[in-house]
Amino acid sequence: MSTTYLVQSLYVFVLAGFVGFLVITRVPALLHTPLMSATNAISAISLVGSIVAAGSHQSRTATLLGFVAVTSATINVVGGFLITDRMLKMFHRGPKGQAEKPGRKG
Amino acid sequence: MSRDLLIQASYLASSVLFILGLRSLTHPDSARRGMHLAALGMLVAVVSTLLHREIVDYRWILAGLALGSLVGYPMGMWVPMTAMPQRIAISHMFGALAATLVGVAEFVSLGNGAGVGHAQMAALGFEVLFGSLTITGSLMAFLKLQELVPGAPFTFRGQNLVSLGLFAAGLALFGCLVAHPSQPAVFHLMLAVGLAFGVSLVLPIGGADMPVVISLLNSYAGLASAATGFAIGNNVLIIAGALDGASGFILSVVMSKAMNRSFRNVLFGAFGAPQAATGRVAEGLAVRAITPEDAAIQLAYARKVIVVPGYGMAVSQAQHQLRELAALIEKHGGEVVYAIHPVAGRMPGHMNVLLAEADVPYDRLKEMEEVNPEFANADAVLVIGANDVVNPAAKHDPASPIYGMPILEAELAKSVLVMKRSMNPGFAGIENELFYMPQTSMLFGDAKESLQKIITEVKQA
Repeated sequence: MSTTYLVQSLYVFVLAGFVGFLVITRVPALLHTPLMSATNAISAISLVGSIVAAGSHQSRTATLLGFVAVTSATINVVGGFLITDRMLKMFHRGPKGQAEKPGRKG
Repeated sequence: MSRDLLIQASYLASSVLFILGLRSLTHPDSARRGMHLAALGMLVAVVSTLLHREIVDYRWILAGLALGSLVGYPMGMWVPMTAMPQRIAISHMFGALAATLVGVAEFVSLGNGAGVGHAQMAALGFEVLFGSLTITGSLMAFLKLQELVPGAPFTFRGQNLVSLGLFAAGLALFGCLVAHPSQPAVFHLMLAVGLAFGVSLVLPIGGADMPVVISLLNSYAGLASAATGFAIGNNVLIIAGALDGASGFILSVVMSKAMNRSFRNVLFGAFGAPQAATGRVAEGLAVRAITPEDAAIQLAYARKVIVVPGYGMAVSQAQHQLRELAALIEKHGGEVVYAIHPVAGRMPGHMNVLLAEADVPYDRLKEMEEVNPEFANADAVLVIGANDVVNPAAKHDPASPIYGMPILEAELAKSVLVMKRSMNPGFAGIENELFYMPQTSMLFGDAKESLQKIITEVKQA
């Protein structure tokens, strides 16, 4: 891994963090639990790294570690998206449909 | 070449879908559709990764995917909403475990560090250090929330010294590895130190501080994922990890502010330890205890009722009875809204999810700033299993440990009805003067049973 690569990665990291900050400060407190389970499911993207580790046959140890990593990441992907959807399904507006918006304060 | 290009393009698409998915969470009506996009992004990334040219054997991958789905499905579909805090805590553990193991596998594959450059070692070290402390930290949080270990803070003399010592040792080993990556023993020692630090970090933290801790662990799990991305050269990991890290960080800041505490104070303060002689203790004052019948009379024809739910509501699972009572009050022409303090419960947004589960429309759930001006106009405030978030001492008593914490101003209402299991003081171990005010009446007992009795009475009224 070269220094150029490290710098490039830092660019991606900082800019993504910035986007995350802007987007997430606008999520209302109402949805903070689904937000947490959603980001948890999304960060289980480490599954793609686990898959390569489990399948590339570097060594017996690496394959085994990769297998455990694939399992844990898959638990978070499957469980995380399902439970987020289950929660979001429950949030609904009142019958009168008042015009007021839910709080937008972070 | 074209295969790599396809994989990279699909990762880019996934990153965009993730950001769109999170953006949809700014409004409850668009949230579900947005999260479907994010799930699609995940599917695209995983399927295209299976085309990776380094993969020569699919057996272990498929086994892991199958086993993970088998465990993940019940964790997604069957876990009750009341168990959400511990469910989230354990999922932080799985996330950190995956990130850490990928880091260890990478280290082992590259000749036990022999083929690792300084920059890559920095990424790997960061990943393993943060990942390992998140694994055990989240596990401890899970055990506490599930009450498999006592939820009360566990402290001993020199606790902070041990924690700081472990932290310093972890950093020293990290520095040592970056200077000379080819030291498997040091690498494993750092892993062990990280695991120990996670335990010592969460052990002294009490139940009511869990919202901050869970948010912080969320952030750490995200940062560990991002570091994995640095170490194995994968941008979608960096992006998703950064999003998760930012989210957890923002939530911890929101939670800390809502408790008027700093991170340092939460992590090293062991707040729940006995606080002798704090605040004005209501010596000689008596509370006014009432029966469910009296409470029913108070509530049946109230025009405006504000409900303040707390962890006690979650414990007795009283949200469905609460909703039923609210429906009755509304039938009599009254209005019911719910005042949600940011740190009510054991995780951010805990109360909102429980009430949504009980079919309370989300436009009735009000945030603190929005609802505080309304208390003065309320005929009745119904406090269910909440304590510190309605303690007026936070506003005027500098001697109180919760002084400065923003509270729900229930004391301004015409009448306050507090449902509580017993007169035990709340988590902070301090008396709540709201309970002794002339407009306050106390209804002791299990919240669910009490509400059921009130419902029966109101129906007859």
